[in-house]
Amino acid sequence: MPFFRFTFLVSLLLLLTACGSEQNDPYPRAERGQNILYSAFTERPKHLDPVQSYTEDEITFTAQIYEPPLQYHYLKRPYTLIPLTSDAVPTPRYYDDRGRELPATAPAEAIAHSVYEIRLRPGIRYQPHPAFASDAAGQPLYRNLDREQLRGIEKIADFRATASRELVADDYIYEIKRLAHPRLHSPIFGMMAERIVGLRELGAALQTEAKRLPADAWIDLDRFALSGVTRVDRHTYRITLRGKYPQFVYWLAMPFFAPVPREVDRFYHQPGMAAKNLTLDWYPVGTGPFMLTQNNPNSRMVLERNPNFHGETYPCLGDPEDQADGLLADCGKTLPFIDQAVFSREKESIPYWNKFLQGYYDASGISSDSFDQAVRLGVGGDVQLSDEMRGKGIRLLTSVRASIFYMGFNMLDPVVGSLAEAQTKLRQALSIAIDQEEFISIFMNGRGIAAHGPLPPGIFGYVEGEAGINPVVYDWVDGQVRRKPLEVAKKLLTEAGWPNGRQASTGEPLVLNLDTTGGGMGDKSRLDWLTRQFAKLDIQLVVRSTDFNRFQEKVRKGAVQLYYLGWNADYPDPENFLFLLASREGKVAKGGENASNYANPAFDQLFERMKNLESEGPRGVERLAIIRQAVALLQHDAPWIYGFHPTSYTLSHVWLKNRKPTEVGHNTLKYQRIDVAERQRLRQEWNRPVLWPLAAIAVLLLAMLLPAALGYRRRERSTARG
Amino acid sequence: MLAYLIRRLLYAVPILIGVNLITFALFFVVNTPDDMARMQLGVKRVTPEAIERWKAERGYDKPLFINPAATGSAVFTDTIFFAKSARMFAADFGRAEDGRDIAREIVSRMGPSLAIALPTFILGLLVTVSFALLLTFFRASYLDFWGVVLCVAMMSISGLFYIIGGQYLVSKIWRLVPISGYGGGLDAWKFLILPVLIGVLSGIGSSTRWYRTIFLEEIAKDYVRTARAKGLAEAAVLFRHVLQNALIPILTGVVVVIPLLFMGSLLTESFFGIPGLGSYTIDAINAQDFAVVRAMVFIGSVLYIVGLILTDLSYTLVDPRIRFH
Amino acid sequence: MAPVVLWSDALIWLLVLAASVLGWLSRRNPLLRAAWQRVGRNRAGMASATVLLVFVCIGLLDSLHYRPRLEEGAGRGAGSSNEKTAVYSVEVLSLLDFLLTPLRTRTEKTYSEPLATRAHAKESIKVRDADGQLRQSREYPRLKHGGAHLGADEAGRDADVAARLLRALGLAMLVWSALAAATAALLARRQNCSHRQAWRRIWHKESDLACNAVLATIAVLLLCGLPLAMLATDYHVFGTDKVGQDVLYQVLKSVRTALVIGLVTTLVMLPVAIFLGVVAGYFRGWVDDLIQYLYTTLSSIPGVLLIAAAVLMMQVLIDTHPQWFATAAERADLRLLALCFILGVTSWTGLCRLLRGETLKLRELEYIQAAQAFGVSDLRIIARHILPNLMHIVIIALVMDFSSLVLAEAVLSYVGIGVDPTMISFGTMINNARLELAREPMVWWSLAAAFVFMFTLVLAANLLADAVRDAFDPRLTGSA
Repeated sequence: MPFFRFTFLVSLLLLLTACGSEQNDPYPRAERGQNILYSAFTERPKHLDPVQSYTEDEITFTAQIYEPPLQYHYLKRPYTLIPLTSDAVPTPRYYDDRGRELPATAPAEAIAHSVYEIRLRPGIRYQPHPAFASDAAGQPLYRNLDREQLRGIEKIADFRATASRELVADDYIYEIKRLAHPRLHSPIFGMMAERIVGLRELGAALQTEAKRLPADAWIDLDRFALSGVTRVDRHTYRITLRGKYPQFVYWLAMPFFAPVPREVDRFYHQPGMAAKNLTLDWYPVGTGPFMLTQNNPNSRMVLERNPNFHGETYPCLGDPEDQADGLLADCGKTLPFIDQAVFSREKESIPYWNKFLQGYYDASGISSDSFDQAVRLGVGGDVQLSDEMRGKGIRLLTSVRASIFYMGFNMLDPVVGSLAEAQTKLRQALSIAIDQEEFISIFMNGRGIAAHGPLPPGIFGYVEGEAGINPVVYDWVDGQVRRKPLEVAKKLLTEAGWPNGRQASTGEPLVLNLDTTGGGMGDKSRLDWLTRQFAKLDIQLVVRSTDFNRFQEKVRKGAVQLYYLGWNADYPDPENFLFLLASREGKVAKGGENASNYANPAFDQLFERMKNLESEGPRGVERLAIIRQAVALLQHDAPWIYGFHPTSYTLSHVWLKNRKPTEVGHNTLKYQRIDVAERQRLRQEWNRPVLWPLAAIAVLLLAMLLPAALGYRRRERSTARG
Repeated sequence: MLAYLIRRLLYAVPILIGVNLITFALFFVVNTPDDMARMQLGVKRVTPEAIERWKAERGYDKPLFINPAATGSAVFTDTIFFAKSARMFAADFGRAEDGRDIAREIVSRMGPSLAIALPTFILGLLVTVSFALLLTFFRASYLDFWGVVLCVAMMSISGLFYIIGGQYLVSKIWRLVPISGYGGGLDAWKFLILPVLIGVLSGIGSSTRWYRTIFLEEIAKDYVRTARAKGLAEAAVLFRHVLQNALIPILTGVVVVIPLLFMGSLLTESFFGIPGLGSYTIDAINAQDFAVVRAMVFIGSVLYIVGLILTDLSYTLVDPRIRFH
Repeated sequence: MAPVVLWSDALIWLLVLAASVLGWLSRRNPLLRAAWQRVGRNRAGMASATVLLVFVCIGLLDSLHYRPRLEEGAGRGAGSSNEKTAVYSVEVLSLLDFLLTPLRTRTEKTYSEPLATRAHAKESIKVRDADGQLRQSREYPRLKHGGAHLGADEAGRDADVAARLLRALGLAMLVWSALAAATAALLARRQNCSHRQAWRRIWHKESDLACNAVLATIAVLLLCGLPLAMLATDYHVFGTDKVGQDVLYQVLKSVRTALVIGLVTTLVMLPVAIFLGVVAGYFRGWVDDLIQYLYTTLSSIPGVLLIAAAVLMMQVLIDTHPQWFATAAERADLRLLALCFILGVTSWTGLCRLLRGETLKLRELEYIQAAQAFGVSDLRIIARHILPNLMHIVIIALVMDFSSLVLAEAVLSYVGIGVDPTMISFGTMINNARLELAREPMVWWSLAAAFVFMFTLVLAANLLADAVRDAFDPRLTGSA
């Protein structure tokens, strides 16, 4: 009978599975014992082309492959820029509108142009790639391929010949030109066009050219001039910016300014390539420590060591505690340490977390819900791991992220907006009532710190201790911050004209609308919690959760009252946070990033002054003073309810070495080292399968079949007789 | 017969046009091309010009269904609808909004989807038919009663619970198979066994009951009585006569499903991290990638229509009296 | 308070009305009447009908909505002239909410286990030592409401629980005996026999109605329900969820959502399916072609995609017209209805196809051919001869669809295209509870409670559907 045969087969199969340890190993058996780092990604990267990739999912990969001129020091905090392919961090030279050079201390208004000169270290070579391969005559081997020649080629590894070449200044210039490419839609084009001289004109020229050519044709960017970027010699190039823009060096550490060789761009633009996903977006080409050899963004991406890597060494200097943490043990050794990094796609957090616990991921971020298992607060409030995890040797690394989550008020709204006293008091009252500490403890499991202003810790201008608290919302009691009692909020509400949540004149209840997206504040328990917070002041909250596009549209039109948003810093500078409230970024008026449409001339003035000052050097003190003034203004006006700065907690297994959390530098893979033997041993120990349930299921199935078998015999006999 | 087939295939064309119209209407009410552009360009620092450029490049700057600015037949052809859907009839699905070739993606994801769906389907059919036969054999006894109760109980449990429970027990507590993931080649089976078993298990309840009803209907017929009167053993009657005759309604009911197996299972694939077409669809919905959604809807409809035709054909095999004209 | 009639409320009560009318009609139609009597004799069917009735009662209680009046005196000092005009909260409550006020309002901070007196997770509490030093200690905080009546005597919880259980047991027995006696008395009067005989008939399956099954079910329900009620007054019987809401309350609220999805969907699709199916089958020709085209097209679109797109579209419509809704409940309600409607659109095709096929068969019957020959109008033929003969298919489809729709809601809410996230439903509960399984110690109670209630509801619906199908399907009556 098929049923019996089936159960037999299944039990056999399951028994086979059960032999030996690590039956739940999700990787091929052949990979065991190799120097491979295992990690996961949740969202498939959309773009790996350096002009386009902007999100964290993408930069996890691009940062290992591409090398912009600068990088962040792996160990030093606050984050420090150091050279990567250049010989030094460039210092700008300033010129006035008549081309005369100005001293570094010149006032920002006088500066017409700043010039950055970047000199590359010679001898840096690209990863092996077919685009560099040439025939005996020195002509590129894979040029003008027709469809016939492309037959049988499905992935980049199918091209047999590869070669490499040295990195030159032209490659960097080519990439900056690509920022203006009309078909690539670089997210920073609009912003850079205002800064880099000639970029906007190049964009316009390329646009007309693109219209002339067929859709997939290659546009040779070398035929177009970019006046603001010039080649000095083989290894040197200059970038000319309009005005003063001290934050520009941070951009030079991002993949947007990484090199792209012209021949690679040309190679990928041959007809028939795009249909096979043979594009720069899919197979990046760089000088970095790793190269992408397998790209299946649905399940698995593999980075392999670049044999031509230019031999960087592990840093020997770090923060004081790095020595104790063993982060300096590999000082001076050649990078990278691992041969391969395998990234698997994990869409659901539970499998992700469980695979980490089983040792199949070397490190894991932790979701709020698995958190109590991992972490408990120790005496004194420091975070510790649970005994079970410490028993496994798992380490916890925390760092406050350079981001903020906030609930913004739309300053154009008649009820909550405007800088008038009544509305300001209403906003202040709400800022007190919404207990961020409770939110963090319930929903974030303590993974965050309550924000006192827009600047997170680690950013210049953030002040710790009593001086840094938000005096509108907090008191300083017994050497600790404490949220002001609810009575204060109620009093403010009364002064705002809404005693007990009723309009003083009409008795109309105060009803506020919060717009949010499903993922943000949208889930039910958060909404319940939030409603309760507003109810503390007898204010009725109506939550309108919508999909992301709709939400954006409402924000754009200023059709919101309260909204919930977050911001991730692009670079560690206060300008990158404070600009979110500058009036020239107004969402409704200018389509910028100031979703609150906050416009306070006093703040704008402070912001403009702050922006053009450097944090380091003699003028740092002045800058700090201005920032503190600006933050105080924001705390009083309360255009946002400052929510919290999330903390990222990374757990890593005992065999993963040299891991230090970093929030801005992403090219960290090269520093990681793995103790492969230890990993093998522990994985085996942790993954002994439990076999008795199989036996139990078999017995149960038999027990169920027994009455059937008995009944069968009885019936056969009876029919035979009857 | 051939004429009938051709007629059915021609009949599919207006259906597919209708499907496309509905998809377009639904999707573009939800998503203006502006929304799509924003979705693709990301959140940070997006300028209105960038959106216009994106739309122009992807051909979303035209009117949706009717172009009043054009003349002649271009009123209908110079629109987003015509430009985007006409090519699909030639199996040219174009690129996803992130620039990747859809046809290629579908081909590469078909394997994993089928690797889950086919075993689930075949095993499920075997198990449920056997179980139903067993119940029929013991009809009107306590075994039958409790069997049916078991079936009803099993079909009253939400599929989510099967997956959550199965994953929790087998993978987490017993550590027998990987929790999620997918590997090609010979490695695949250890990833497949759990989702397939769960798929079979969650389908047992309703299918068994359905097959049991079919068998019971069959067993009440005269020829069965005759067979029994001949002195055939009950098991022989069941296997030789009832099963053979009941297979016909079972198969006709099942045929329409077979082509749709390609589409994969949304839930299983996303829970188990299997890179099949089901999770592709879910991802596309979440990312509001219209090109992919459109392609998947189109393929789904084609497969459904193929299933219908197959069903009709299987009717003729079953019952020679039915003729198509 | 101001009564609020949500759209789904209106539809639910309309449904109740329709069911009564249908019941009245079936009394006059001998065929249907016989079929219902067959259902009445089915023990499993009657037992599940009893269970379903309880669920329906909960759902109906939850379908009478009002907005509570805000207490006056808030606008103290000002606005005395307007004091007369009542001000209502934006929160919409139902009768069930009112009855469950203690459950609804007594929220804890976060998770707590069933019947617990302390929270599930440790929390750091700052304690001031004797020497005035602040010290942070980490322990399980006492719950605000769970077992609060015990005071400091937390050890007395077990005894307290046991006492309550005993009392509930006693009460259950008392109530049940009274009910059973009343049933016997009623039967005795109807059938003109002694109480003793009536009692015997009930338990020896000699009565027309499966009274014994109903009574037994009531006993089980009382045995489960009363202890729950007894305990729920002072404990969180099923624990609390992430934000400290009572799980029992959530489960009870989910019932209405499930019922609306299961019943209103059918109500929405029924008229369309019947009309189109009958018209297509009866008139044939181009009408038939058109209708076939319509449903083939609709059913050939993969269901999930159609639902996803339609739900998103409704969302846009709702978002662009905030002025339509005075309260969040109305928004959530409209979205629920939209979901019903969309599910209806995707599921009417099956029934339509069935009805068309059946009508095709019926219209070939001699007496209908004869009626046509006599020049009886088509409308009359359809109303008099076709529709009544399709009734059994409709009723079977109605009961069969119910359970699958309830299950579908859970899956859709899981994928994120189900009910409004603010609406309590089994789907949203499962979705929230799923992540909790990974916690350690595991938070199992939300998932377990949702599972048990959903299982009971769907099981009862399935069993009743079986009974109804057995009774109504002409093919099955007689065989097996």
